[in-house]
Formats: sequence, structure tokens, C-alpha cells
Amino acid sequence: MADLTPNVTPMRTAAENQLLALFPSVKARLPGASAERQQAYDAFAQAGLPHRRVEAWKYTDLRAVLREAAPLADVPSAALLGEVRAKPSPFAGLGPSLVIVDGVFEPSLSDLDALPAGVEALGLAGALGAAQPVANLGEAAVADDAVLALNAAFMTDGVVLRVAAGSKVETPVFVRFVRTGGEPRSTYTRVLVVVGEGASLTLGESREGPAGVAHQDNAVLEIVAGDRATVSHVVLNTEGRGSIDLSTVGVKLGAKCLFNTFALATAPALSRRQIFVHFAGENSKISLNGGALLNGRQHADTTLVVNHAVPHCESRELYKHVLDGESTGVFQGKIIVQPYAQKTDGQMMSQAVLLGDNATMNNKPELEIFADDVVCAHGATCGQLDDDLLFYLRARGLPKPDAEALMLQAFVGQALETIEDESIRGVLESVVEGWLKARM
Amino acid sequence: MLEIRNLHVQIEDKKILNGLNLTVHDGEVAAIMGPNGSGKSTLSYVIAGKDDYEVLDGEILLNGENLLDMEPDARAAAGVFLAFQYPLEIPGVATMTFLKAALNAQRKARGDDELSTPDFMKRVRAGAERLHIPQDMLKRALNVGFSGGEKKRMEILQMALLEPTFCILDETDSGLDIDALKIAADGVNALRDPKRSFLVITHYQRLLNYIVPDTVHVMSSGQVVKSGGKELALELEANGYADYRSQAA
Repeated sequence: MADLTPNVTPMRTAAENQLLALFPSVKARLPGASAERQQAYDAFAQAGLPHRRVEAWKYTDLRAVLREAAPLADVPSAALLGEVRAKPSPFAGLGPSLVIVDGVFEPSLSDLDALPAGVEALGLAGALGAAQPVANLGEAAVADDAVLALNAAFMTDGVVLRVAAGSKVETPVFVRFVRTGGEPRSTYTRVLVVVGEGASLTLGESREGPAGVAHQDNAVLEIVAGDRATVSHVVLNTEGRGSIDLSTVGVKLGAKCLFNTFALATAPALSRRQIFVHFAGENSKISLNGGALLNGRQHADTTLVVNHAVPHCESRELYKHVLDGESTGVFQGKIIVQPYAQKTDGQMMSQAVLLGDNATMNNKPELEIFADDVVCAHGATCGQLDDDLLFYLRARGLPKPDAEALMLQAFVGQALETIEDESIRGVLESVVEGWLKARM
Repeated sequence: MLEIRNLHVQIEDKKILNGLNLTVHDGEVAAIMGPNGSGKSTLSYVIAGKDDYEVLDGEILLNGENLLDMEPDARAAAGVFLAFQYPLEIPGVATMTFLKAALNAQRKARGDDELSTPDFMKRVRAGAERLHIPQDMLKRALNVGFSGGEKKRMEILQMALLEPTFCILDETDSGLDIDALKIAADGVNALRDPKRSFLVITHYQRLLNYIVPDTVHVMSSGQVVKSGGKELALELEANGYADYRSQAA
């Protein structure tokens, strides 16, 4: 009898074919064991680029958006490195930086000698090339996701940062991802941060690059925190308009940990930030926050998957979108409470202000609760600036653009307040102010 | 001097003001009284420039300039101040930040330099003290979690800082106990000046015991139907608005 099952494998897009052809041509020069890479490549080959019928990518159809997969970035020349050296970090003066240029860790540009006591950093490519496998790599970023699989197949370099048990690191450590060049190129980077028992770390990330170049970045950050560790993490993306920023954060927390993250997106043409948190120990607390200020046809997607696998953990999420022009914001937040994860406390809020008549916000909260003694709540609001409030401010003498800017600053400010480090918060606040000024 | 001539205003096809005329001279405190729905609050919003209202006819001249041609912020810079009946809460904006933004925006519109932070702080502190506003309230988000009385005092503080020439108090007495009322009234009285005039909108005569008006105007059905001295307020308190309800119709 003839097989009547329809063949549902979609036709491969140009970008998919380019990615599939790329791997065999570069795999010999990628550092580390090739078996894992091959496995990841096979997983990608099976899935293809995520598209709108993949639930987790419902509102960000990467398959449709990514027309071409840009070639891998070249190793930066000495001249380019000189340019990068002259360019100040947005977090200049706040702490030592580890610098990744076009996907390559550059020790010569990094403040390796200035790292605080208890912090050890080395390049990922070097670590992958060593005889021993890199401990903890792949432990926190675990998901059935094609973008993560691409990173696992192609990751070229990055940083491994380890904080010794008990080290309370006061000075923030920064990782700068700097892009150069005028032609679209892609990078696949991975940063692994292992924070020992009882240790603490503030990690800042900045993504910097030229305006108007459609660079493609696939970055993975893995954070493995031991019991009673505290990790604060902030991401600032000022990479030039035009870029595609795919970023995956995997977090694995022991018991009694505190984890806080904030990401601000104003620049990329398309950003997708997916965070997977796994509570492996009891009594840990996380606070996942972010803001996006978009205009034109920009698209920013935040997708969270918080897995309460153990009891007595707490999660808080607060995301703010300001959407002008024809921009699109996406917030997907999934909280999973496993059957034995009693006393879970999860609260999620996504708020958007639509400034443009053609701006769109997609909110999709999902609670999957299999335990019966939990407190979980989610909320989403979408609206315009309050006319009455606007009138109140104008009646006090603020011109309309100033009044709007003040209201928007306050709106995003509520999320920015979750950043504990005041100096880092100040940098992000000034980026928000700059965006609002440019709009006036 | 504020002159309102033949003002006709509607909102969503409903006529609220029907040819209202009113003159308030420099230094004058004019009280507007009238029953619910007579158009008192509409009048205050239309003077301040809220755009929900459609002005069908008439003009509002402040020192000869037609306010109706100006945006709300330009009216504020020209000297108009509306103390809201229900001051709005602005989460995320510290009261101090808001006061500074407002003051400097008006100074800029008038061509003055921005105030230095110490000068600004000095003014705010002095004003706050007079109105019994604790310093820590100034650090909190504007009006968020403030009591009714605190909100009204904050409106008077703003008025004191912004130094307007034409102040509208829209039912400043509503929701205030007698002590809060006295504090607010003292704040207003301290601002009385030969160059500054006030339009005090109220339902009740009680406020006018503390802010003694020069003139009292009775509104009904969108018009001023009677004007007189401060004794008119006492007469209204004794007899109610019944005599005036039918006059405008």
C-alpha cells in the first residue's frame, strides 16, 4: 500500500542551505571535540530555522526574516584591533573588561591583570582546544532550540569566567562584544560563568558595533551558580541599527541563590533574547527584567522559560516595551512548576506603551503548574500614554515632547530600578534618555 | 487681567458653557460657586487648555493674549496655573524631579536661565515647610500614595514655585478636613499679590472663610448668572442654589 503520509518537511530556505553548507567547510578549524558539534549540527539540520509554527518562535519567524546567513566573521586584523582599543566601553571606568572582537576573544585588549581577586578568566577557544573538556560547559544552556543548536555547532570563541567559592567580588566584570567591518558577518560566541558556592559576581555585557550593518550574532551565556551564590547580570545592546542579535541565556542555580538580570535593547533590527532558568536547589530567588525602546521596523523578542524543579523558589519578571513607528515587541514568559515544587512563588509582568499607530506588542504568558500549593500570577498591559497625565504635565509647563519623555522615562525606569549597581544603572538610564531625546 | 467673553463650549455634543462672561482683575480673588453640573470644572479645564473640550465661540484673554490659541504648556508659561481637583499620580517620577522639570521648562519658555540646583532646593524646601510637607515626601513618586490632603498641598506647593499670575483652584477644599483646609488656605493667602489673581471654584462657602474673595460669581447652566461681593457667598450658603437653577435656561 502506498504511503499516504504527506511529506511535511518544508523546503529549505537559502539561509538554511547556507548554514548547512557552512558547517562541513569550517568544522575542521573549529576548536574542541567535533562529536558534540556534529550532534548539534544534525539537530539543526533536522529542525531548520525556527518559524512561526514552532510555538516558542510564534511571533519571531526567523526562517522568514533571515534571508541570508552571513559568512563567519574574519579574525580581526591588527589595524581593526587598534580601532577597538581606541573605542571606550559604554561601561568605561566601572570595572575590568574582557573583549571579544568579531567573535574572537582578544587577551591583548582585555584587562586580565585587573580582574578582582577570586575571578579567573580565559578564552573559550583555548579551553576547548585543551586536552581536558571544559567543566560545566553545556550544563546551563539546555533546550531543544535550533538557535542554541547552531551556537553549539559553530561556537568559535568566548570567555570562561570562574569565581572561586566564597569570593564576594565587589567590582563588576564586563564582557564587551565589539563588531567591526562594513559587510554583514556572523559570530557564534559563548560565555561560561561559573560562580562558586557563596560567591558573588556582577557581570555586565555590552554589544557594540557599527550602525547600519546587518551583522548576525548568535551568543550564548551560561551561568552555573553554586549554593548561596549571588549573580547580577546586565546587558546593554547599542550595536548598530541593522544587526540581528540572537541571544540565549542558560542559568542553573543551586540552593539559596540570588540571580538578577536586566537587558536593554534599543539598537538591533531584530533581537531575540531567550532565557532558560533551572532551579536545581531550594530557596533561590530570581528577578528577570528588561526594557526595549524601538522604532522604525525594529523587532525585539524576550522569551523566558523558568523551570521550578524544586520547592520554595521565587521568580519575578518585569519587562517594559516602548514601541514607536512600526516596531514589534514580543514577550513570552513560561513558568513551569513541577509536581513536587511546592511553595513556588512566581510573578510575571509585561507592560507596553504603543506610541506608533502601527506598532505591535505580543504578550504570551504561560503558566504550567503541576503542584498545588503555589502562588503564581501574571499580568500584561498594552496601551498608550495616559492623556490625562499628559495634560497634567503640560499644564505645569512641560511641552508635549518633554512631558512624553518624562512619562516614558518613568515607565522604563520602574524596570531599570531592579538593577542594583547604581553606576551600571546610570549608564543604562543615560541610554534611555538619549533615545527619548532623539525622539523629541 | 483675565477676560472671558461669550464662551461657548461643548464636549461630545453636549453644551456645557453657554456664552459665559467673566472678568478677573489683577490682584483679585474671584470665587465661582454653583451647583453640580453648572460647568465650573469645565471652565477651569478650558482655561488651562485640556483638549477634550470643543470651544464653539468666544475668547479667553489673559493680559490681552487669547489663551485659546495656545498649547497648555504655553498657557502655563504665560502664567496660568490650575490646581487640580484630583491631582494625578505619576509613578516613577520623583516629586523633586517633576518640580524641577516643570520650573525649568517654564523658565526656558520665558527666556530665563535654568535655576541652579541649590537655588531650586532652597525654594522647594521653604515652600514645603510653609505647607507642612515633609522632606521625604519630595523624594517619593509624585502623588503616589499621598493622602487627599497631601495631594492638595502639593498642588499649592507647585503653585508657589511656579509663580503664576492667574491661579485656578478647582475645588481645592474637596476631601480636606478643617486642618488641611487651613494649611492650604494659608498657602494660597501667602501668594496673594497685587499682580496675581485667583479663580477659586468651590461648592461651599466654608473655603471662602479662609480664602476671602473680593468677588463671588454664581454659575448655572454654563453661564455666570449673578455676581457680587463676598456676602453673596453667605447668602448662597443660607438659601442654596434653587433661585439660580432656572435663570440660565
